[in-house]
Amino acid sequence: MGTTIGIWIAAGLTLFIYSFLYKDNPFYKFAEHLYVGITAGYWIIYTWAYVIQPMLLDPMIKNKQFILIIPAFFGIIMLTRWFPQISWLSRWSIAFTVGMGAGLGVTGAIQGFILPQVQATLVPLTGFNFETFNNFLIVFGVLTTLIYFYFSKEQKGVLRWGSKIGITFIMVAFGASFGYTVMARISLLIGRIYFLLSDWLKVLR
Amino acid sequence: MLKGKGIPIFITFLVGMIMIISFFIPHKPFGDIEKISLNWYSIIAGFTMLLGVDSLIGMHFRKLKRKDENWFFSLVLILGFTATVVVGIIETVRFGTAFDDKSYFTYIYNYFIVPLQSTMFSLLAFFIASAAYRAFRARNFDATLLLITAIIVMLGRVPLGEQISPYLPKFTEWIMQVPQMAAKRGIGLGISLGALGVSIRIILGIERSYLS
Repeated sequence: MGTTIGIWIAAGLTLFIYSFLYKDNPFYKFAEHLYVGITAGYWIIYTWAYVIQPMLLDPMIKNKQFILIIPAFFGIIMLTRWFPQISWLSRWSIAFTVGMGAGLGVTGAIQGFILPQVQATLVPLTGFNFETFNNFLIVFGVLTTLIYFYFSKEQKGVLRWGSKIGITFIMVAFGASFGYTVMARISLLIGRIYFLLSDWLKVLR
Repeated sequence: MLKGKGIPIFITFLVGMIMIISFFIPHKPFGDIEKISLNWYSIIAGFTMLLGVDSLIGMHFRKLKRKDENWFFSLVLILGFTATVVVGIIETVRFGTAFDDKSYFTYIYNYFIVPLQSTMFSLLAFFIASAAYRAFRARNFDATLLLITAIIVMLGRVPLGEQISPYLPKFTEWIMQVPQMAAKRGIGLGISLGALGVSIRIILGIERSYLS
């Protein structure tokens, strides 16, 4: 019984959202606001169940890990933004998280991305075969793309041509990403239509 | 003194340097710092969620109080939020976790959030189609190249593409592995170098816009 009611609710909400294809209307607005409200509530409970309780309260109370008072302190002073007289305290929390992000950013960018990607671009360019041609295209594409984003010098002469070829590679990459995104959305659309025809209307078995 | 930017800049410098130094010392206590700091980051982010929710609910509550246009939908949002949180708390008490398979909180997730979310995203399929049409109308080389690549990639990933030509899926794979990869790598390197520069500026206190 619960499942049947759930399917009818899900089907109704799906149709409410699709009604936007005709034009903006109260049914769409209802579903949109309900989605935002429920999702906000969901994330509150999720944060409690998967972050605050297992990462802060349980280790502090059960395992006596009192070092966790530090993130708890920074978390609590973040809430001082509610009180204008002491809202300056929230800057300490922001500074703490930004410092952490920046520190991880330095090591993460070098170790996690720059070095592996440069290494992957250092490919053999010897011999006359299709693999060499592909390797050449990769090296050439990476360099021209970087030239396109090089704004420290006026793009004239070689830089201008490099930049022009770079934008061609970039357009191919954007086109591929665009195609992928369209396919992902269409598969979601197929999933929703399949749900309506199969689970709800039982036309498809 | 406490209210100024000196202490926050010092905190940023100290934490940033500890993170960098710990990377080069894979021994205790430095070795575990990255893992611990990510946990701490999650804890602080958990508290900031309260600020976000307060802002959202506060705004809609004011709209409701003033009886602004579309106030009814603000009421829907607040009721949806309240009901979900109340159900979550009750089910946490009942099952020990709100995420139990039999809980009404999971029911809300399965029959409200999942369909609303996937339908909302699938709606983009239609708007992406209209965006593609507009891009095609731009009628220049770059826009045409983008669209042709998109069409090839889309066709190469479905059975229809193989029906048109058995080489189409292979060509799609080549686009993904060679020119697409090259540009993506170039963009990624640019982003990483930029992020590296900004991170160093933040740690050294040159970039302070995050404190304003």
